[in-house]
Amino acid sequence: MKISTHLYNIGQGIKNIWRNKLFSLASIATMTACIFLFGIFYSLGTNFQTMLKEAEEGVAVTCFFDKGISQERIDEIGGEIKKRPEVASYNFVSAEQAWENYKEVYFEGHPEAAESFREDNPLADSANYEIYLSDVSMQSTLVSYLEGLDGVRKVNKSEVAAKTLTDINSAITIVSMAIVIILLFVSVFLISNTVMVGISVRREEIAIMKLIGAKDAFVRAPFVVEGIAIGLIGSIIPLVLLFFIYEKVVAYAASEFNFLSSMVSFIPVKTIFNTLVPISLILGVGIGWVGSRLTLHKHLRV
Amino acid sequence: MIRLDHVSKSYEVGKPALEDVTIHIDPGEFVFVVGDSGSGKSTLIRLLLKELEPTKGKIYINGQDLKKVTHKKIPMYRRNVGVVFQNFRLLPDRNVYENIAFAMKVVESSNREIKKRVPTMLSLVGLAAKYKSRPSQLSGGEQQRVAIARALVNEPKIILADEPTGNLDSDNTWEIMRLLEEINRRGTTVVVVTHNMEIVRAMNKRVITIKKGVVVSDVGGDDYED
Repeated sequence: MKISTHLYNIGQGIKNIWRNKLFSLASIATMTACIFLFGIFYSLGTNFQTMLKEAEEGVAVTCFFDKGISQERIDEIGGEIKKRPEVASYNFVSAEQAWENYKEVYFEGHPEAAESFREDNPLADSANYEIYLSDVSMQSTLVSYLEGLDGVRKVNKSEVAAKTLTDINSAITIVSMAIVIILLFVSVFLISNTVMVGISVRREEIAIMKLIGAKDAFVRAPFVVEGIAIGLIGSIIPLVLLFFIYEKVVAYAASEFNFLSSMVSFIPVKTIFNTLVPISLILGVGIGWVGSRLTLHKHLRV
Repeated sequence: MIRLDHVSKSYEVGKPALEDVTIHIDPGEFVFVVGDSGSGKSTLIRLLLKELEPTKGKIYINGQDLKKVTHKKIPMYRRNVGVVFQNFRLLPDRNVYENIAFAMKVVESSNREIKKRVPTMLSLVGLAAKYKSRPSQLSGGEQQRVAIARALVNEPKIILADEPTGNLDSDNTWEIMRLLEEINRRGTTVVVVTHNMEIVRAMNKRVITIKKGVVVSDVGGDDYED
């Protein structure tokens, strides 16, 4: 098609939206709601994922060794741990370091009490590897593996923390996916309906076009433009809204709930929008395209 | 130019709309197709526009077998056949100029071509002064002249006019017929479907009469009798 033809079809598509104001508005509103909710779930989800990641990094598995194990074997075990894909990082805590850590926590303010142990380290057999996971749901796999290793006496794990975090993560993913999928269908349906009304309003014009010798693509193009434009407008509006709302909410949470800032850190709006903007625009344009194509396929056999 | 060989067209119920119709129309001819309502005249036009497929027989236009014109090629085929309707079928939300330009836009002509060609067509149909008027501001005759300009603007070899004067008074009817005659004089083949016997008699052209789907006579103007 020539450039002038493309411009003409784009113009006709925009005119369709205007001629068909009420339905276009309803479609844009639904698209806006869909992308807005998607944006909220995405922002919540991403923030939660980050918090989860931070929490996961704090969940460690501790691996203790058999009495009298050689340093050489401990190093070998370290090598084996390093190879595991579910391991994010690990560090070796010697018996001395374990005692120092213990003293810091339990003898704080009473160094004389700790001093009574002198050279007799009560945690002499407590050298261990502290292992941090990249994915907390893999904890039990790693624990089974460690328990099977020669020279490993005991493995401490945090079953409840791991399970809770994994469960919350899956629940958020499932709920947000379900809502977004439902809204996607509603949006496709509404855009498809809007285009259908446009087709019936312009039925005579379409018939004339076909008799004069318009190609299928020429007849369809304005309706595809209409669907895509609705999708695009319906994704830009919620993005602008979300941008301001997100900033306000984060600022409000930080100022009103000071205690939160020590527990959680919100992702900056720009980081969220780096991903949210392209996804939303692709979603909007995609829904518009699918919605219009579905109707054209069904109601505009040209 | 236009050749129908033993063409029949049946719909799902009732008698065939056309039965064993054989017609040959040469390039540059002016032909009337007459017959009562329901005689099959409109079916004939729709077959020629490839809106319908014949049940039997073959149709050739400009030497091209219409059966071999695939769905994808229909637009290119239709660009060679201009069509005029009884009820004009103009776009009410566009003015005279835009209605004619629309036909060129549809076939993807450039803006330069459109700006050059549309005024020529407006002059030909005598509506240069009214190019900004909407169809609702024009008389029936003027609307039909716009429709003829729209049908002609892409320079088709054939014009099919389906009851072009059906909605017009006597003065406008003659105006339109004179215009179609002028177009024919310039080399375009014109097929006019009508049941207006007065103009058929007066124009003295070839007349094909269809009755209940069958061609009952095909005679030159001098030999035509009601």
